[in-house]
Parts: sequence; structure tokens; C-alpha cells
Amino acid sequence: MQASDRFNINSQLEHLQAKHVGTGHADLNRFEWAVNIQRDSYASYVGHYPILAYFAIAENESIVRERYNFMQVCNSCNPNHDG
Amino acid sequence: MYLYSLTLQQATGVVCATNGNFIGGKSQEIVVARGKVLDLIRPDENGKIQTVHSVEVFGAIRSLAQFRLTGSQKDYIVVGSDSGRIVILEYNKEKNVFDKIHQETFGKSGCRRIVPGQYLAVDPKGRAVMIAACEKQKLVYVLNRDTAARLTISSPLEAHKSHTDSTGQAANDAQKHLTFYELDLGLNHVSRKWSEAIDNGANMLVTVPGGADGPSGVLVCAENFVIYKNQGHPDVRAVIPRRADLPAERGVLIVSAATHKQKSMFFFLLQTEYGDVFKVTLEHDNDHVTELKVKYFDTMPVTAAMCVLKTGFLFAASEFGNHALYQFKAIGDDVDVESSSATLMETDEGFQPVFFQPRGLKNLVRIDQVESLMPVMDMKVFNLFEEETPQIFTLCGRGPRSSLRILRPGLAISEMAQSPLPGVPSAVWTVKKNVNDEFDAYIVVSFANATLVLSIGENVEEVSDSGFLDTTPSLAVSLLGDDSLMQVHPNGIRHIREDGRINEWRTPGKRTIVKVASNRLQVVIALSGGELIYFEIDMTGQLMEVEKHEMSGDVACLDIAPVPEGRQRSRFLAVGSYDNTIRILSLDPDDCMQILSVQSVSSPPESLLLLEVQASVGGEDGADHPASVFLNAGLQNGVLFRTVVDMVTGQLSDTRSRFLGLRAPKLFSAIVRGRRAMLCLSSRPWLGYIHQGHFLLTPLSYETLEYAASFSSDQCAEGVVAVAGDALRVFTIERLGESFNETAIPLRYTPRKFVLHPKKKSLVIIESDQGAFTAEEREAARKECLEAAGMGENGNGNVGQMENGADEEERDDPLSDEQYGYPKAESEKWVSCIRVLDARAANTTTCLLELQDNEAAFSLCTVNFHDKEYGTLLAVGTAKGLQFWPKRGFTAGYIHIYRFVEDGKSLELLHKTQVDGVPLALCQFQGRLLAGIGQVLRLYDLGKRRLLRKCENKLFPNTIVSIQTYRDRIYVGDMQEFYVDAKRLAEASKRPGNKSFHYCKYRRDENQLYIFADDSVPRWLTASHHIDFDTMAGADKFGNVYFVRLPQDVSDEIEEDPTGGKIKWEQGKLNGAPNKVEEIVQFHVGDVVTCLQKASLIPGGGDCIIYGTVMGSLGALLAFTSREDVDFFSHLEMHMRQEHPPLCGRDHMAYRSAYFPVKDVIDGDLCEQFPTLPMDLQRKIADELDRTPGEILKKLEDIRNKII
Repeated sequence: MQASDRFNINSQLEHLQAKHVGTGHADLNRFEWAVNIQRDSYASYVGHYPILAYFAIAENESIVRERYNFMQVCNSCNPNHDG
Repeated sequence: MYLYSLTLQQATGVVCATNGNFIGGKSQEIVVARGKVLDLIRPDENGKIQTVHSVEVFGAIRSLAQFRLTGSQKDYIVVGSDSGRIVILEYNKEKNVFDKIHQETFGKSGCRRIVPGQYLAVDPKGRAVMIAACEKQKLVYVLNRDTAARLTISSPLEAHKSHTDSTGQAANDAQKHLTFYELDLGLNHVSRKWSEAIDNGANMLVTVPGGADGPSGVLVCAENFVIYKNQGHPDVRAVIPRRADLPAERGVLIVSAATHKQKSMFFFLLQTEYGDVFKVTLEHDNDHVTELKVKYFDTMPVTAAMCVLKTGFLFAASEFGNHALYQFKAIGDDVDVESSSATLMETDEGFQPVFFQPRGLKNLVRIDQVESLMPVMDMKVFNLFEEETPQIFTLCGRGPRSSLRILRPGLAISEMAQSPLPGVPSAVWTVKKNVNDEFDAYIVVSFANATLVLSIGENVEEVSDSGFLDTTPSLAVSLLGDDSLMQVHPNGIRHIREDGRINEWRTPGKRTIVKVASNRLQVVIALSGGELIYFEIDMTGQLMEVEKHEMSGDVACLDIAPVPEGRQRSRFLAVGSYDNTIRILSLDPDDCMQILSVQSVSSPPESLLLLEVQASVGGEDGADHPASVFLNAGLQNGVLFRTVVDMVTGQLSDTRSRFLGLRAPKLFSAIVRGRRAMLCLSSRPWLGYIHQGHFLLTPLSYETLEYAASFSSDQCAEGVVAVAGDALRVFTIERLGESFNETAIPLRYTPRKFVLHPKKKSLVIIESDQGAFTAEEREAARKECLEAAGMGENGNGNVGQMENGADEEERDDPLSDEQYGYPKAESEKWVSCIRVLDARAANTTTCLLELQDNEAAFSLCTVNFHDKEYGTLLAVGTAKGLQFWPKRGFTAGYIHIYRFVEDGKSLELLHKTQVDGVPLALCQFQGRLLAGIGQVLRLYDLGKRRLLRKCENKLFPNTIVSIQTYRDRIYVGDMQEFYVDAKRLAEASKRPGNKSFHYCKYRRDENQLYIFADDSVPRWLTASHHIDFDTMAGADKFGNVYFVRLPQDVSDEIEEDPTGGKIKWEQGKLNGAPNKVEEIVQFHVGDVVTCLQKASLIPGGGDCIIYGTVMGSLGALLAFTSREDVDFFSHLEMHMRQEHPPLCGRDHMAYRSAYFPVKDVIDGDLCEQFPTLPMDLQRKIADELDRTPGEILKKLEDIRNKII
């Protein structure tokens, strides 16, 4: 295997990781890892309406407000995401 | 243990809805997604919401959109779900099903960050659809039609740019962006046309009509603002008016939107999270928008979706509680509070807000309500009213719209009239004058020695010119031929011709007629002694005797089916005899009165009915699915016996029986949805009818009836007239297809839990709400506001009156909390109350204690302490100043001890003990009180001034949420809610054992509580129930239900061990308890289960597990009793999975195993879709199972009858 190939594989890997958001990579730091998990969780809450409703009852807010908060928190905790 | 899971009541909450012409033609329908159920509903002519079709899709529906191809008459439905597939559906009117037109896979299943399905956007002309995920991924499908005018769909075009993060709906980023995408149909390419930063509070987009209709572009709904945006157009911004009493730090968010478009104008209705609806209009000059106006419209409960129908209706699907249908009285043209982009003022602190005061409905009027249980907070099943079947008590709703609902299995009826009669009637019939008449002409009532004829018109009144003999009792009254009437009385048959001529047939000798059966062309009478005489109507309309037949003994009952369409006669006569047999006799001229088959039954038959049941969904005419004729017999022992009659040979096969009640069921035919149905009158009335391909036999919630007949007049198209006691009653049957009917009692705040006082039969309910004002504060604010509005005289009601009379007040009160919600307070404020409800005295609240100082009740139990000084006491666990956000905290926790006074009608505080956490679980245990306070399980005894600590165990992982006890064992459930953030992660991973269930024991001699077994899986427990000595049922936040069981040998060992396994526990190995329970059952319900209970819903039936969910559905899990049934149903389920994959593309097995692999549960909801399959598929599956489709239907019916 030649050096250029290895480079190639690396770049392919990078490409894949960029494509599949949230899969992580070797240089992932602890913060990013935790943020990824949080974003996964919140996306799951937003997708599952009964869970949103469950939170809405607990906090006595509307379901849309819960969804809005989750989307907001989920995104604000990610500093290095470009537009 | 194998379980059969069956949904008893489908989810009633709504996730999203869209309206359009799905059936085709002029009418408008609404497609409603209720989580895992897709419903097609429409308002009927009377403005009542009717469900046209309902189907469970075994997947989570997240978004719906409707589109129409140009030139088409019909709309299609696009569904975004968790299946990783885009599904396009079309409603098929002929078969009453949704047809899957296209299903395209694009990603993984599940609700994931970057798998599309969360958002849908459709081109207004129906040319393309975009489906997007919360993050990044967006796919565009081009829609077109082929030469045969069928809908085609392209392969997906990717609209996302790598490394980008804006969604098509609302860009969620450090800075949110609004991006317009353009699909170039020529190049088949999607391009980002234009992107711009927008307000970071944006949460919703509404399309503005373009082209000839309007300026195009979008409305961006953000916190506090509505902004109009378009490419190359300056922003037009208006503030959303605020309620005057709203705390300043709270924003206003739009929760739902509806667009109304007419030829000349269009407007939007936007609803805020507080329930206020605003009408948004755009002033525009061609493509240039000059002004954006937001005008207060009306206030209604917060919705999940709104649909404006072209017929002037507004369907409001509430997020919690009942849904409503409103009619427009006006479209908000009057002067009202309005904010406009033209008057927008920007100050140093931001934009100047506009305030308004909510008022009564002005533009809308509510015309119908659809009951919704969402959310079910707690549930208990018991027979408090000592009826035949137990009642289900559910705590539902939230805030001011909460209620206690008492559900009874059965259909609701609405009584239209009840009038006393001059005696005790024995029978009643209705009869038309002519076969072509739409409505009935007479009601004929028979008494012991007379007959009363009532004519139906504007009023129902007695007539004497009908030709009926009124000096004798009647045995039957019916229409004969096309236009003549027949009255059968004990001494003969009176045939009343249309022109008034009367022919009388007299019985020979002294014999009397005992039983009659007739249809329009045939009459059979049974004389005393057992002789049958058969008459037919001849060509001239004369009643002619055709044949006689001598039976061996007296005839108990007779029946003939109606004459089939296009035939001369019905072929079979069913005869029941007192020797416990039923015979089928032929009425064909060739073998007239020959016995074709004999069926022996367990008890003498009392009543017979031949009913055609079309079990499968076929064409409207049913041509491709021949219906089968069922012979129904009500036996004297209270059993309804049903058997299939072979249409050719008259052989009987495939028998089913069901116990209906203590009296012999009398069977009558009635008309339900234009088809013949069966009324069975036993100790309570039942209705057997066909609903979506199933034959359902459901009780009616009505008193015992004697005799009934179908009734049709211009006020009531499909009613029933019945006699009971000395009264004549007319009623209609409502909400067909539902398995429960409900009685609702309004509550004040979100109900949390309730208990039943075991002896006094009263219910104690705790209610609490976060972020609300106390009753006094609300009352003061309300007075102020009413005075301001010049209606001061209305606001003098005291607190109790205001709450309990919520129902009466709804009409005259301009500001009922139910419609307007409670004013919002700061989130650290709590209100709460403890309510005692007397079930015996018409469910009146006999005591209502409002807690003070931000205290909120979370748990309660009844407890009998050792010393018995006070008898049964009530313990209530409360928290003061509880906060969830940003960090969970509280000021103090308390346990209140109350004494029941005034015969259990009222409460008196004994004392209040401060504890070091929030007591979320309380339970009585061996004459003491067990409390779960955070991580601590503690045993308390009653002292004079406070509770006394006796013993505790601090080794629970997080927060104890449930405690149940059985003998000396204590079963503790832990909430397991810990927050993973980077800082606390290391700490969290070190914590010993994150498990949900803990089995504990208490050793009295050593005064020690210890855990001897626990679960091995961390669970976010939402409900739990004790099943048996070794078994617990639990449900978690993600919608799974599971059972855990302590292995038998471990259980025995612990019971035999004199230390009770304590030695092992003290060794403290295995990171928790020494023994582990095994998971024996695992099932994904797909909805957050909030309550579980073991109960039996039918008299004499076995126990099943009943659960209630946040979306307002109720379900049951029944344990199989035979291996054979398990085999049969698991094979049926397997074939159903293969042959009938779920509608929205989710794999059934994957869905039921969404979090944990499904274990030992058979999905009854899938099995029950069997009758909706095409006949050839049914036969194929039946062949594989070595059975006939009929046998499978019978099995399904049998198992359902074991549950409800």
C-alpha cells in the first residue's frame, strides 16, 4: 500500500464522517462527543410526539414550545457548525 | 408467559392534520395522524365529526402534507414517518382504505437527526415534494403523471450541501437562516436559490400564495413576531399582540397555522401557545407587500393543528383534551386589537409590544366536540358503582381542561324522547306504509290485552284509523308486499290492504298463534301445539297459505331472513324448540318445510335472528366477497349463540357463543349505517354491527330494555324505539366503533394521581400545575379584568363556585378557564390541590384543599397505622418550590397526613413532616408508611406531632418513583433520570447499578430494609405494576412495556433462607443486588405508557394488564392460556407481517422492537387487520395455517371477547 492511498483512505473516511453527521471520529473530544449524544437525544424527542407531550405536561408548556426549546438547545450547544 | 396485545381505545390525541378532497368530489375531509394511527374524518351535514376510515400504521407519523396534480379532482397524502421512507397515499372510496401509491426508501428507520421525515413541504401546484430532517438532509421528489394518468415519483434529488445545517423548515443554527430552494424541472436539479439570516426565534413557516393569488413568499413565525419574507423583498415585520397579564419575560410562540384562500382574498389564522388566534392579512400591490396586519380573532384551547374547510368550518385539533369543530360566524372584519407592520415601533428595549385582553368567541361558534383522553395521567379499574362490568377511571387532560373520566365498555346512546304509556307494554314495532317510503309511518305498541297505534309525523300521536285491531294484543306488525300492512294477533292474521280493505285469516279451532316470523313476502306462524303454517304473498297481493308442518313440540321462536334482492323468497326458516334444538327448514317450493339441518344448543332458545354479515371489506355491493349469513340465537341461559348458515345446503357450521347477561337475549334487527344490524336485549342491551370489516358486539350504555324496533323519521334517520317499564323510548346510537363511552367530571389542575378510599367509596385526587397562579390570585385578576370590561357583576362568584361549576359557567362566562387557559405565572410558582370526590353522590366534590406557598402534591396513598387510633389516613407527598430547569432543585419536601372526617367526605390535616427530598412514592407497609424520597427508601411510623423515622435504605440509584408491596416484599421502581453532560459523565458511570426495579425485603427483628434483587437494564420508568409475587410490569419513557420476573429457584432460595438473602446482600458484590431479575416480556407500544393495572373488564373474565398512554389510548395485554393459541397467533402474526406490511413503510417487527427486541408478545392490532385483507390473501394465509378464513375470524373474535 502506498502513502498516497493511505491518504486517500483517510480523506474518504473524512468524507464519510462529514456525510453521516454524528458518527464521530478519532480526534473527537469529550465535549463534541457529549454534544453529539445530546443532539441525537433531542432529535429523537422532537421526532417522537408522545415524548414531547410527556415533557410538555411535566413543564406545563405547550408541545410546540418544548419542541422549540429542544431545537434551540440542541443547536446552540454546537459551536463549530457552519451555515 | 406469552401475551396478546390489543389496543382497546385508539389514541385520541392528534399529532398533525391536513385537509383536502381525499374522497373526490366536492366534500372536504381531514386526514389526522394520531401518532401511530391515520384517520380520515369529515364533518357530516349536521356538523358532527365522523370518522370515515381509521388505520393503524405501526410507525410514528411525524408530518403530513396534501397535494394535487394539476387537473386532478382528488388530493394525495404524503406521509413523513420514522420509516426512512416517503409514502404517498390515496384514499380508495370503493374499498374504504388508503392505497399506497408510492413508497420510496431514502434512509435508515427511526427518528434520527439526519434521516428525513420530520418536515414536509409541497409545491402548491403539486409538482414536487421536499422531505427534510431536523438537521442537514433534505430530499426533493418530483411528482408527475404517466400516460395512464397515474402518479409517478422521481428518484430523490439531494438538496443539502455537505457541511451545512439549515433545514427546509426552520434553519436551526447559531444563526438561523431561511433558505429558498428552487427545483429546475428542465435540468432536474435543486439549487439553493437564496438564503438569508432570520430571527433566531423562528419556529414555523407558512406559505403565502403566489402567482395570481398573492405576492408569494413566506411568513416566518418567530417568537413574538411574524415576518413576511421573499426574495428581493424587504422584511415586513409585525409583533404578535400579547395578553396583558403575560409576564414580561415570556415570549409568544405560534403553535399552529391555517390558510384560507378564496378567489378574491386569502388570510392566515395563527394560534399562539396561549390559545389566542390571530388573523394575519397582507396588503399587497402585485408582488410588493406594503403591510402585514395581525389582528386578534378569537381564543380557543391550544391546538396541535388547525384546518379551515371550504364549507366554513374550522377543525381545531387540541394538543391536550377534546378537539372541536367551529363554524365561522364572521371572518374578523370588525374592529379589534391589531398590530401592523406600519405602526411597528422600535424603542431602546426592542419593539413596542401591543397588548390585548382575550374575550368571548365572536367570530367562531363551536358546533361539535370530539372526546380526547389525551393525556391519560393515571388510571384505575374497579367496580365502584357495582354495575355488571367494572368502570375505568382515568385522569385526563392538563391544567384547566383536566377531567376525571369514567369509562364504561359500550357505546354511548343519546335519548331523543321518552314518553309514558298507559300501561306496561310488551312489544313495539315500527312500520312503513309503503316499501318506497323513507320513514316509518306508525309505531305500534302491544299491551297485555290491547294494541296502541301511534302515527309518526310532526308529533307522535295516537290514531284509530290505521286499520289495526286495537282490542287484542299483537304478536307482529309489519309491512307486507309493497303497500299493505299485517297485524298478527293470537287469533289470526289481519291483512290491511292499501285501499283500506281488510282480510282476516282465523286460526282453526281453539288454537292460538304463539310465534310469528315474517318478511315482506313470506309469513310463518306457529300455532300452539307446534304446528307451523307458511304463507306467501301471491301476484295479486293476497296472502296465501302454502304449506303446513307439524313440529314435535311447541315452537319457542322463529325467524326468516329478509327477501334477498331480486329473489322471490328467502330460502330458510329457522325454528327454535324447547327441546334445546334449532332447526333450519327449507321454504323452497321443491322441498318446502323439509328440515335441512339441526343444531342442538345448551339451553332453550328464546329468540332467533338471521343476519347477513359481510366480514370482509369489498366493493360497495360486496360482489367479490360473498357475505355469510349468521343464525343468531339468544338462549335462556343468557348466551348468544352464533352459527354460519350455508347459503346452499342450509347446513350449520362454525359456532360461536358469548355470554351477554343474566336474561335471555331477545334479538331484533336494527339499521346501522344503512346496513342491518342486531340488537340483543339481555340484562343490558347489546348491538352487533359491522365496523371496518369486523363484526363487533358491544354493549350499549343504557338501561334494561324489553323490546325494541328500528325507527326512522325525519328527525332521526337511524334510531331505535324501545319499551322498558311503562315508557316508550326513542334513542340513537352514537360514535360507532368506539369501545368506551365516557362521563367526564371537570378538575382544576393537571391531575397527577388518585386513590380510592376502600370503605367510603370516595376518590381522592391530587392535582398540581407549574407556572400558574393560585385560585385567589386568579380570582382577583379576573375581577379586575371583568370590571375593566364593565361586567363586574359577573365576577363575584367565590372560588369553589368558580371551579366546580365550570360546566354551567361555560355558557355564560365570557372567560372560562377551559377555553382560555390559566394565566401564565413564573415557572417557579406551583399551584396544587387535593380533592375528595364522592362517587356515590353523583361524583360531587365534597372537599377541595388548595395547597399554599408553592407547594405541589406528587404522591398519595391511604394508610392504616398500627395503633388504629384514626382508622384510615391519607398520606400526601408534596414539594415546595420544585424546579426542573436549569437545575433540578426544591426548597423543601413534606409528607402530609390527613384524617378522613364527615364519613370520608372531607379531610382534616393531622400533621405535616418535612423530609429531605421530594416524596414521589408512598405506600402502606405492615401498618407503617413507606416513602421513596429521592434515593432513599424510608419507613415511617405515625407520631403525635410528626412522622417518625424507623428505618431507611439509601442505596437506590436516582429517584424512587413507585413502591408496591406484597407480603414481606417491597418492589421499588426508580426513575433513572440522570442528565448526561460531559462534566458529570465520569461521576454517572461510577454510580452503582442503574436499574429500574428493585426487589426489597424488610426484616422486622433487625429493623433493616435491604435489596435482594434488581433489574439489569437502566430504564426511565413511567409506570409500574405488581403482577405476582415474583413479577413486575413496567413501562418506560420511550414507549416500551416490559415484565421482569425473579427466577423461581432464586425466589425459593430467598424464601427458604432464614436470613432472606441478606448475607449475600451484605457482601455487596455485582454492583448492586446479588440476584438479578429476568426480563420475560418486551414490547414497544409506541406511545408513553403512564399507567398500568391488572384488571378484568368483563364479568367472569380472566385478568389482563390494562394500560393508558399520553396520547390517550388504552390497551390491554392478555396472557395466553394455551400453547396452541400461542402457536396459532404467532403464525398468524408472521404471515400478516409478510403479506400485509404496515401502511407507512415501517417494518412491523422493527417497530415493535424499536428499543429492545420484542419478546413473547403477539401484536393483536396487526392480527386484527386480517379481515381487511383481500379475500384471496385471506385464503392464502388461512391455507398456510390449515384453517379457513372464517375460523381465523372466529379466533380473533374469541380472543377479543376474552378481553372486552
